[in-house]
Amino acid sequence: MTTRFFGDTTALLGRSLRHILRSPDTIITTSIMPIAFMLLFVYVLGGAIRSGPGTYVNYLLPGILIITIASGVSYTAFRLFLDMKGGIFERFQSLPIARSSVLWAHVLTSLVANMVSVVVVVLVALLMGFRSGAGVLAWLAVAGLLLLLTLTLTWLAVIPGLTAKSPDGAGAFSYPLIFLPFISSAFVPTHTMPGPVRAFAEHQPVTSIVDTIRDLFAQKPVSDDIWTALAWCLGVLVLAYVLATATYRRKIS
Amino acid sequence: MTTTGGRAPAIHVQGLEKSYKKLSVLRGVDFDVAPGSIFALLGSNGAGKTTVVNILSTLLRADAGTATVNGFDVAANGAEVRESISLTGQFAAVDEILTGRENLALVARLRRVQDPGRVADELLERFSLTDAGGRRTATYSGGMRRRLDIAMSLVGNPPVIFLDEPTTGLDPQARLEVWDAVRELAGRGTTVLLTTQHLEEAEHLADRIAILHEGRIIVNGTLDELRRLLPPAKVEYVEKQPTLEDIFFALVGGGPENGGPANSGGPENGDENTPGDRGARTTTKEQR
Repeated sequence: MTTRFFGDTTALLGRSLRHILRSPDTIITTSIMPIAFMLLFVYVLGGAIRSGPGTYVNYLLPGILIITIASGVSYTAFRLFLDMKGGIFERFQSLPIARSSVLWAHVLTSLVANMVSVVVVVLVALLMGFRSGAGVLAWLAVAGLLLLLTLTLTWLAVIPGLTAKSPDGAGAFSYPLIFLPFISSAFVPTHTMPGPVRAFAEHQPVTSIVDTIRDLFAQKPVSDDIWTALAWCLGVLVLAYVLATATYRRKIS
Repeated sequence: MTTTGGRAPAIHVQGLEKSYKKLSVLRGVDFDVAPGSIFALLGSNGAGKTTVVNILSTLLRADAGTATVNGFDVAANGAEVRESISLTGQFAAVDEILTGRENLALVARLRRVQDPGRVADELLERFSLTDAGGRRTATYSGGMRRRLDIAMSLVGNPPVIFLDEPTTGLDPQARLEVWDAVRELAGRGTTVLLTTQHLEEAEHLADRIAILHEGRIIVNGTLDELRRLLPPAKVEYVEKQPTLEDIFFALVGGGPENGGPANSGGPENGDENTPGDRGARTTTKEQR
């Protein structure tokens, strides 16, 4: 059964990677909004923001990467929705395949597509003056954390992808995710915010992830934030995975 | 079991029931399909034809009753049933971003067929899609898409094939193409269960026809047996007007096989062997 799972997932992964190769606009549109935010905040608003020592683009990039992933995963919901609406989902379900491979192929595709988008955004940030002296290990840690975040948000995206009634509905779940970094330490330090907002900002997942990545880029010792970040990601991942697979089982039986 | 001529039926359905919330769609459906035959499930919209097909292809669970496909119980041996069947749903289930060849190769890979590329090429050839094989299916016409859809169902030669309203939404020419494909299938020994709301489709293709009405099979038999349910044919003289379909094919050059001007418009072999005024249309079709 497991060899069947890997073979089927590989075949279906090849299918959805071709989708991305043939419509690279999904990667471009995923990257464009975060890049626009980056330009806006660095060149328009950034002069008025006092984020501490260092350039503002260095401060901003971690939050922008999270926005990139949050908007990128909505394509997973969208693609899954299209599969459900067309007959292809039923065709896959009536084939002798490992049924979970249908979802895993979409999830792995999301990891690949989002990592490409993240690389594009980082390249633009480098052009805008982003610099980091981080070593290989720190970069790997950043990549690992972003991959984990993508995996978590993708499994979250699977739920609306399976249940949405319209393509807009499938993608709508990502709006709050894109908005969340604005009420975090991503754009301005949280100590500038009024009490309740600050309390929310400091205790929501984005802040711990952003602060961890920022420390890794700045070659500072990573604080306990990394454990908070990992706990958030893994907690939501388990929850989203359980809900998504339960929804899937309900759909296919 | 007279219907199967002694051999075990390829599809055996008994007492099948299914409700959606309070709406009871199937209220005890029974039928058998003999191996290698074409069985048509006829019914109006909402009669539950798709529900039957979805239960038989393990996409849906029945509330009560039993169904076996190729000897495997659909509820208990889903994986074995899926090895034995292929489903062509109501909407052409092709991936629009992939090419025709890639669609076939994908299914071949998922069915773990040896040499997916060769299988894809053979099926493209068989369904006259070789030239279009390298194009994305988004550019295909409705008939080509349906043909590819059916070709995808043949990968790995499953012994039982479900075709759910295979010609709905197709133009007359494409419909004839699909009919040819279905006939060829049955000729190779594949069991075909097809649902349709077009009475003449069942008339032309099926060895046996069952009518699903209000959740039950109300009639099940060969075309001749069904005909005998009505009073015997009377000989009537009816002025034969060409149907619009005859005119259409006379103008556009006929079905897929006779590319030239249609020579089948004239009802030369007459109305005498079929009752009523539908006879002319029927015989015209059978010449193709």
